Amino acid sequence: MSETKPATKNALEVRDLNFFYGKFQGLRNVTMDIAERKVTAFIGPSGCGKSTLLRTLNRMYSLYPGQRAEGEINFYGQNILDPKQDLNLLRARIGMVFQKPTPFPMTIYDNIAFGVRLYEDLSRTEMDERVEWALTKAALWTEVKDKLGQNGLSLSGGQQQRLCIARSVAVKPSVLLLDEPTSALDPISTGKVEELVHELKADYTIAIVTHNMQQAARCSDYTAYMYLGELVEFGETEQIFFKPKQTATEDYITGRFG
Amino acid sequence: MPDKHLSSQFDSDLNNISSHVMELGGLVESQIRQAVYALSQFSPEAADDVLVTENKVNSLEVEIDREIASVIGRRQPTARDLRLLMAMSKTTANLERVGDEAAKIARMVKSIIESSAPRSLPSGDLRVSADLASGLLRKALDSFARLDVPMAVSILREDNAIDKEFDGFVRKLITYMMEDPRTISASLDLLFVAKAIERIGDHSKNIAEFVIYIVKGEDVRHTPLADVESSMG
Repeated sequence: MSETKPATKNALEVRDLNFFYGKFQGLRNVTMDIAERKVTAFIGPSGCGKSTLLRTLNRMYSLYPGQRAEGEINFYGQNILDPKQDLNLLRARIGMVFQKPTPFPMTIYDNIAFGVRLYEDLSRTEMDERVEWALTKAALWTEVKDKLGQNGLSLSGGQQQRLCIARSVAVKPSVLLLDEPTSALDPISTGKVEELVHELKADYTIAIVTHNMQQAARCSDYTAYMYLGELVEFGETEQIFFKPKQTATEDYITGRFG
Repeated sequence: MPDKHLSSQFDSDLNNISSHVMELGGLVESQIRQAVYALSQFSPEAADDVLVTENKVNSLEVEIDREIASVIGRRQPTARDLRLLMAMSKTTANLERVGDEAAKIARMVKSIIESSAPRSLPSGDLRVSADLASGLLRKALDSFARLDVPMAVSILREDNAIDKEFDGFVRKLITYMMEDPRTISASLDLLFVAKAIERIGDHSKNIAEFVIYIVKGEDVRHTPLADVESSMG
């Protein structure tokens, strides 16, 4: 396993992480740093553990009995695998967007406001401002500003996904986890989400799992290649796509994986 | 590393381009041979042959670049594939320039023949360095075909020898010109021929550098030979 330690400050530091789905071990001794305000992409074939790793980063797995993690994940110095960790607070600070858009069956406005209300007590005006701010951040405001009262499910797939990103951004997290955010979207919507990722990294740390290697090449600063639950290679995206150190990485990204 | 892609079409595209590059190399080699023959035998027919081959070289160059652009557009190659395609594009440009140098020699030979200049000049020396240069080009193409790094490194070394040969030849011509000013015009023609041969060596060296770039991912252009040798182990 080879690592390149990013020179910038780290938002998350994963140390000797092992993860188990019951008896099956999904991650093996993963150690890596996720740099603050950078985009880190995870690539690898299906079942390699990239989504599993992403799900440990905000303990999404804790929803499922029988799944457990060993090791440490330090989030600005605090080990989030600690059983005493407040999960609601954690997920407000580390937001997640899934593969398929998951808007709530409520108005566009309430889709954004719902999460905010859980953590903050805002006046009507403040909430209006927050909704506009989040939708603007997600590059959706101009498209929906005249129909905030409409159901979120009435939007197109690409718009729904940006609505979900806006919903995550609305609670002002510090990290955004994107699990194949564009795999159900058309190329234009994909382009918009990628552009959004680029803009959001000015304020947020982003970790993205993608099956689309070109997407990782286009929008990430660092890329991690995973295989069979192990981190095979992790380094600057340019290095990984131009001159990977590991033969296994090269075989995968050049399409020689058999 | 498995040599085959999941997509066999991708493999066949790359192989196809690669064999076109080799074909171009073969054409250019034959141009040099014709040019050297024209020079040593003062044969205008051989000189004309060089110029006829040049048209084929030019159209093959255009064809190869079109194929490379098409693969990049359709496949978004990465890592070794990307380096291979970039190197093939640059190798093609270098080969075409070698063809230009051969054509330059051919034109110069025709001008020497037409001027019926004295033939006592040391054109035999040129034949030697022309053989060295075309041998080097052949070696560069071999190392490209086999992606042979040690061979590529040895080419960088040999190009230095050709450069030294050129410097020696220039000194010799200067002596001739000082002894008999009537040889100046013909000597200048030979000087251009010698320069063309020296450039063929340089292009071969460039191709060898691309081989290192493909295999090692390191750009060794403008790197001192000693550093290249030590980093390639």
